[in-house]
Amino acid sequence: MSSSEQAPRLLSMTLNGRVRHDAVGDNILLLDYLRETCDLIGTKQGCDGGECGACTVLVDGKSRLSCITLAAECEGKSVETIEALATNGKMSALQRGFHEKLGSQCGYCTPGMIMASEALLRRNSSPSEDEIRDALGGNICRCTGYVKIIEAVQAAAEELS
Amino acid sequence: MNKPIDRTAIGVPTPLVDGVEKVTGQAQFSADFYPNDALCGVIFRSPYAHAEILELDLTAARALDGVVAIVSGDDCPHTYGIIPIARNEYPMARDRVRYYGEPVAAIAAIDEKTARKALSLIKMKVKELPAYFTIKDALADDAILLHDDKPGNIERDVHNEFGDVEEGFEKADLVREQTFKCAEICQTHMEPHASLAEWDDERAQLTIRTCSQVPYYVHLMLAHTMELERNQIRVIKPFVGGGFGTRTETLNFELIAGILARAAKGKVAMHLNREETFLTSRTRPYTEITMKIGMTKDGHLTATYCNAVQLGGAYAGYGIVTILYAGALLQGIYDIPAVKYDGIRVNANVPPSGAMRGHGTVDSRHAFECLLDEMAEELGLDPLEVRRRNMLTVPTDTMNGIKIMSYGLDECVDKVELESGWKDKVGQLGPGRGIGFACSQYISGAAKPVNWTGEPHAVVNLKLDFDGSITALTGAADIGQGSSTIVAQTVAEVCGLDIRKVRIIANDSAITPKDNGSYSSRVTMMVGNATIDAANHLRDILLVAASAKLDARPQDIEIVNEMFRVSGGQDEGLPFQEVVEAALVDTGTITVKGTFTCPPEFQGGKHRGGAVGSTMGFSYSAQAVEVSVDPDTGQVRVENVWVAHDCGYAINPLAVEGQIQGSVWMGMGQALSEETRYHKNGMPMFTNMLDYRVPSIVESPPIHTYIVESIDPNGPFGAKEAGECSLSSFIPALVNAIYDATGLRYTELPVTPDRLVEAISKKQHRDRVAAARAAEATGAAE
Ligand code: FES
Ligand code: FES
Repeated sequence: MSSSEQAPRLLSMTLNGRVRHDAVGDNILLLDYLRETCDLIGTKQGCDGGECGACTVLVDGKSRLSCITLAAECEGKSVETIEALATNGKMSALQRGFHEKLGSQCGYCTPGMIMASEALLRRNSSPSEDEIRDALGGNICRCTGYVKIIEAVQAAAEELS
Repeated sequence: MNKPIDRTAIGVPTPLVDGVEKVTGQAQFSADFYPNDALCGVIFRSPYAHAEILELDLTAARALDGVVAIVSGDDCPHTYGIIPIARNEYPMARDRVRYYGEPVAAIAAIDEKTARKALSLIKMKVKELPAYFTIKDALADDAILLHDDKPGNIERDVHNEFGDVEEGFEKADLVREQTFKCAEICQTHMEPHASLAEWDDERAQLTIRTCSQVPYYVHLMLAHTMELERNQIRVIKPFVGGGFGTRTETLNFELIAGILARAAKGKVAMHLNREETFLTSRTRPYTEITMKIGMTKDGHLTATYCNAVQLGGAYAGYGIVTILYAGALLQGIYDIPAVKYDGIRVNANVPPSGAMRGHGTVDSRHAFECLLDEMAEELGLDPLEVRRRNMLTVPTDTMNGIKIMSYGLDECVDKVELESGWKDKVGQLGPGRGIGFACSQYISGAAKPVNWTGEPHAVVNLKLDFDGSITALTGAADIGQGSSTIVAQTVAEVCGLDIRKVRIIANDSAITPKDNGSYSSRVTMMVGNATIDAANHLRDILLVAASAKLDARPQDIEIVNEMFRVSGGQDEGLPFQEVVEAALVDTGTITVKGTFTCPPEFQGGKHRGGAVGSTMGFSYSAQAVEVSVDPDTGQVRVENVWVAHDCGYAINPLAVEGQIQGSVWMGMGQALSEETRYHKNGMPMFTNMLDYRVPSIVESPPIHTYIVESIDPNGPFGAKEAGECSLSSFIPALVNAIYDATGLRYTELPVTPDRLVEAISKKQHRDRVAAARAAEATGAAE
């Protein structure tokens, strides 16, 4: 961890569709900002930095590992987390896919897995199986063997098409 | 009684009842509870693998501003451990450390930064001792003892023989023996360890939220180590991000969290990072297995002998059970007239190993299935045929005293043979490609719990109230395998209620009945049966209430689509809600209890250690694995897997498939890439998720999954285990496939590219030399 004391500065971003202003130190990780400052505990930490994908969120629509991203880097940007996907109280197609196809067992990798899949579907609405594998290559799941994760993403892509 | 009534809620693919929380980010895991006034707890760990502690100086750390409490071995003189007779581990070391990373002290501070700063101020003076990281070094004549009461550094030494093994080998036409080395591997669940311990000093009460598979054992161990009455403790298990066995045992960090919270008179959040989580895992031990099999020339097994040596680690942990399992499940899968087993568990200066998925049985099964494959080939027999010739006929009792009531292995073999296209593939896939086959079995719950109290094996409470919904209270720990969903489905099925009107409250010791926890694949069998029992009680009450209104005998009434009506009658019947209201008259809210107890005849043989391996039902698995091997790089790619698993009856086929696929895939990690290793000073090498190579989605194969249902008379609706068995058969099937592809019988795990390349080039060299010699010999003869 960083040893130097960083005076907080005002950080503004659009978080899950709402503009926020918070006093945040320059050395604060996006993951910690989301979990501790914003109480968005849906984003998980699974490793000591950049190895597992559990902390994946979207920054300006692209998937990013929040555990190796500084909150300050997101100044003026749009950040989306797992909490933002459901609309009007209904799960998104991906969430439904992961739920109904059992793409989620213990659920710990799930928020990161779904956000990485969300980034994929936004840039490619009908990905091939290989494209799904490529997009999720940095997201480790220890429960599913990935078979049903692929089915979940395919089901969502189908629902959206 | 175990017959399903109309099967609307069971036998259908059912998304997890707690799944919505998981996909929406609402699921709260232990680290997600972090009240504003919580302190940050951190652990000071030994930088030595083996040392006597001469002095532990906590003064500077204690003096740091923001440090609220510091505890060490002095604060807890009690050992803990899962096996009541083998507790030899302190939550924090006293006098001596025995592995790198062993907790020595712990700090609670106002924030993480302060806590870490304080850690750096702790001074420990030690006298270093010789440390051992291998079986050979720990067993050396001049090795010092890790524990004075364990001569030779042998933690456990078990021997048993059933039938006449010598005679068996004499009768055999072919006897082969081979030694296998299987690396230590780590559960690596995705959620790092975490607890929130809250000490209420006014009431002298501790509440802990922790990521356990067996919360009641955490409860017992906290009471024991903290010298509290059990009623002063409340254990809550929030969502848990996997366990795979490591969280079966109570782990040091959760005890330290409790001890620290009391010392701080407040709340302590203890979050281990990934590196610490690796250090705090009860791994599958490094194991050397020598397997010997005798076979007649037509493929009938005559005897087997297995010698297993496990690198047990620094403390007893699950010790005796793990080493017994390595021998106990040699039986119960094939008909073998004589079986002998010798097992040794060795103490060494690495973290204690324990119960990983397939507890103790995986490496022995691997050795057996690989050797069987080799012998089948030598005799010119198809490996599937050899297995068919040694099938069991049920019901039967194994020689080690286990009753087997159902057996779907034959069907599994047939299914995999057909679906994989085995006959057209084996030996015919061309260079660099191969297919391999293996089988396995696993228990559906240990029929004798390690902590024997005389209580039933499982208890479930149901509450029915004015709102017409049913709340099930269970202590069964859902860690992602879907046990809560099984309970909900079962209640819905028996009571004829829509599953959405069944609520599950699980794992809060203040509310839910005690449960022995999620280990040994016991939950569906035991909690499932207890749930049926409870639901039947409730159903009976409702039928009586309905009978008065319908003017019919209770036994003539059925519940269909939440309507009570006379069987075969034309009347529309009574709505569920109306019957509930009738049932509540004069009594009010109804609570019922269901229990399940394994009958004594299922609790294993009378020999020493006979309880290990005992179960109410074995699950079975057969699997074929197709690979491609690049001989130049040693890269093995798993192209396809076909797996058939006999789970008795699939209460939730969706979860059964998920469990099978997850275990097959975990077997793949063990087979191809996962292993822990230690530096010369005992520091683990691979304590991150890049170096500890868990397979990614990119290299993971399609897994064609087939469910076989043998309907076990003991199982709830006939169900048995689904979540562990198929791990074991993957590994030998893969290694046998590598043989089919390369002609190489590889005996070490994991089969990493570097190892395989070396072995292939050695083999090529041997083959060339042999060919040259042969040419010479023919030349000379001419
Ligand atoms: S927590 Fe960010 S990659 Fe693992
Ligand atoms: S569902 Fe458990 S880690 Fe992916």
